[in-house]
Amino acid sequence: MEVFFQQLINGVTLGSIYGLIAIGYTMVFGIIGMVNFSHGDVFMVSTFIALIALMILTTWIGVGSILIALLIVLIVAMIFTSLVSWTIERVAYRPLRGSFRLAPLISAIGMSIVLSNFVQVSQGPRNKAIDPILNHVFVLSAAGGYQVTLSYKQILIVVVTAILLAIFWWVVAKTPLGRAQRACEQDRKMAALLGVDVDRTISITFVMGAALAAVAGTLYLVYYGVVNFHDGFTPGVKAFTAAVLGGIGSLPGAVLGGLLIGLIEVFWSAYFSVEYKDVAAFSILAIVLIFMPQGILGRPDVEKV
Amino acid sequence: MTSATDPNFARPAPPTPVARAAREALFAAIIALGVFGPLLAFRTTQDMQNRLIVETRYGLIAIVVLLVFAGRFLLSLWFTRERPEAGPALGARLSGLMPQGLRDIVRTGLPPAALVALFVYPMMILSLTGGSGALKWIDNFGIQILIYVMLAWGLNIVVGLAGLLDLGYVAFYAVGAYAYALIATKVIPATFPGLGVWAFWICLPVAGILAAFWGVLLGFPVLRLRGDYLAIVTLAFGEIIRLVLINWTAFSNGYEGISTIPRPSFFGVPFNASDTGFAATFGLEFSPVYRTIFLYYVIVCLALITAWVSNRLRKLPVGRAWEALREDEIACRSLGINTVNTKLTAFAIGAMFGGFAGSFFAARQGFISPESFTFMESAVILAIVVLGGMGSLIGTAIAAVAMIGGTELLRELDWLKAIFGRDFDPAQYRMLIFGLAMVAIMVWKPRGFVSTRMPTAFLRSRRAVSADHVKEGHG
Repeated sequence: MEVFFQQLINGVTLGSIYGLIAIGYTMVFGIIGMVNFSHGDVFMVSTFIALIALMILTTWIGVGSILIALLIVLIVAMIFTSLVSWTIERVAYRPLRGSFRLAPLISAIGMSIVLSNFVQVSQGPRNKAIDPILNHVFVLSAAGGYQVTLSYKQILIVVVTAILLAIFWWVVAKTPLGRAQRACEQDRKMAALLGVDVDRTISITFVMGAALAAVAGTLYLVYYGVVNFHDGFTPGVKAFTAAVLGGIGSLPGAVLGGLLIGLIEVFWSAYFSVEYKDVAAFSILAIVLIFMPQGILGRPDVEKV
Repeated sequence: MTSATDPNFARPAPPTPVARAAREALFAAIIALGVFGPLLAFRTTQDMQNRLIVETRYGLIAIVVLLVFAGRFLLSLWFTRERPEAGPALGARLSGLMPQGLRDIVRTGLPPAALVALFVYPMMILSLTGGSGALKWIDNFGIQILIYVMLAWGLNIVVGLAGLLDLGYVAFYAVGAYAYALIATKVIPATFPGLGVWAFWICLPVAGILAAFWGVLLGFPVLRLRGDYLAIVTLAFGEIIRLVLINWTAFSNGYEGISTIPRPSFFGVPFNASDTGFAATFGLEFSPVYRTIFLYYVIVCLALITAWVSNRLRKLPVGRAWEALREDEIACRSLGINTVNTKLTAFAIGAMFGGFAGSFFAARQGFISPESFTFMESAVILAIVVLGGMGSLIGTAIAAVAMIGGTELLRELDWLKAIFGRDFDPAQYRMLIFGLAMVAIMVWKPRGFVSTRMPTAFLRSRRAVSADHVKEGHG
């Protein structure tokens, strides 16, 4: 039972990170019907931006409080990652809007290759490890010689995720911007006729997805303390799995899917085998798409002639 | 680009082209500073105590920002010059320069000329460089490119003809490679050791059949899926096969891979220095180049078989059904085409050629490991198919030569070290440039290099149709 609770805590932490990335996939898919293949690598770029910002703050400027440093890191990473994503959309996707369906997909795969190789060339191929931060843990229960612990990091991750999701939900549900986004999602042409600047709304969607990916990237850096240039692909595919599992196009679905994928991965590693945890994630992706393509909270897709 | 070029947007006094170009360039430079700034200006690296430190490279970021500024400035000026409205595209203008007769000669003469060039290429290289230098050119450029041409032609059956978007094609390549490697190193020595020299020729069809079987096996669950979903599920299957190959060490030896895979023989005559070897049998002096040349001709033949089969299949009922399926699946079903069989044959035949290519790859390398079968390979093959113009064999071949040959050429650019310093290694920019080229070609020509199709079924006269009228399939 102690093992179960410990894994539950770990799973929710990991799932929060996946959920944050998954929102980027689900929003872009909802609004332009495209699998944004480079999103996982945008997440990876954000981990590097966060790493550099953290290094500069702690070693050069010497910010004393780690929490203030992390807050600045978070904001810096969100700004720069959003800029990267905005540029990608502008350069690689917007010229292809209205073109045939495969073109943006190939362009996105190309961008994903560009991002990971750019980071490899500019930052080097080795793992970048930082000194562990926020190491304090609470011991929740120590029955039976097995300690169930909850670390500051995990609290931070869950709290930051919850706050940002609340802000994000408020933007999408209550602001004119969110209304424009939902309008574009339902019918882009009609939204344009009614005066919504569709291109701008799509750009902002990419920016918002990237900002949340940057939050995930910063939290990932804090949690694992190691980043690498090829760490974009697998978290990206898992987050996409989360988006599909929750029902692609549905925002609560993305978060729910993220939590589920995080829990499944953690429990699979704990009770079955660590080696096959990625196989489990990919299998879930295939099974969900084949048997339940609308996901848990998605709308069924109607086949039109 | 947006409001400045909008004709309906009235401005009191339009700025001069130079001023506007300068403003746009400044904007682009600021964006470039933000995009490249964090990752280029600062570099994280380990110091002597193996601790992470940050180094600065302000010079580099300054150069990049200046380059972006200059590039954007020139581009803006170029685009605001007076140009004829709605003029023909550059390609059409260029081909308009050629007289009709010459164009026909190019069109009808190109494939045979390319074939002849393909067959004399190793001889030509051999006579130009002599002996040892030829190996690299035949192997890295000839064989390497031809493997990708063959894979792309195989995938073209699935993606270009049947319109099924497959992002896990490398799985079948892996099945073929591991089939050959495992049968040749484990099964044949244990059962029929005498057949050792024939291993490649026995395993080639076996690998193809196994890959086709896997094509059906993986194709069956995804029959109902379409479009991007199909792409993602095939991606998942490709990754699952690779992860199983990594983790099931008893079967595949995991990350270490399989080495000492027997090399192919000249129909039973091995390529070695012994008295029964190829060189001794034909009275030649022993040289490793013979095996490379032989491998070159094997892959030429395999690739040509792929092309020939897919061209023939297009004219058979099953090929027509594939193309009909790509155009409209619902209409196909209404007209009584068995879409299950049609899709499965496309998966199986495409996978079979992937399997052939895989077993050739294992035979050429002599060593395979799961590292060779990553998602990146699938993406590269799919990119070649799409960049070539889906469905066009010539375009696909051109794309393979341009993309693979182009990136291989980077390995040869040692003189760049004289300019950028000793630490500069052009080969590490290979994939970066590959990715940039993918994006650039898609933005420039979303339909690929060859954007016309020759229909196999036509009314009265056979005319090329624009690819804009060809659907890319729903699933």
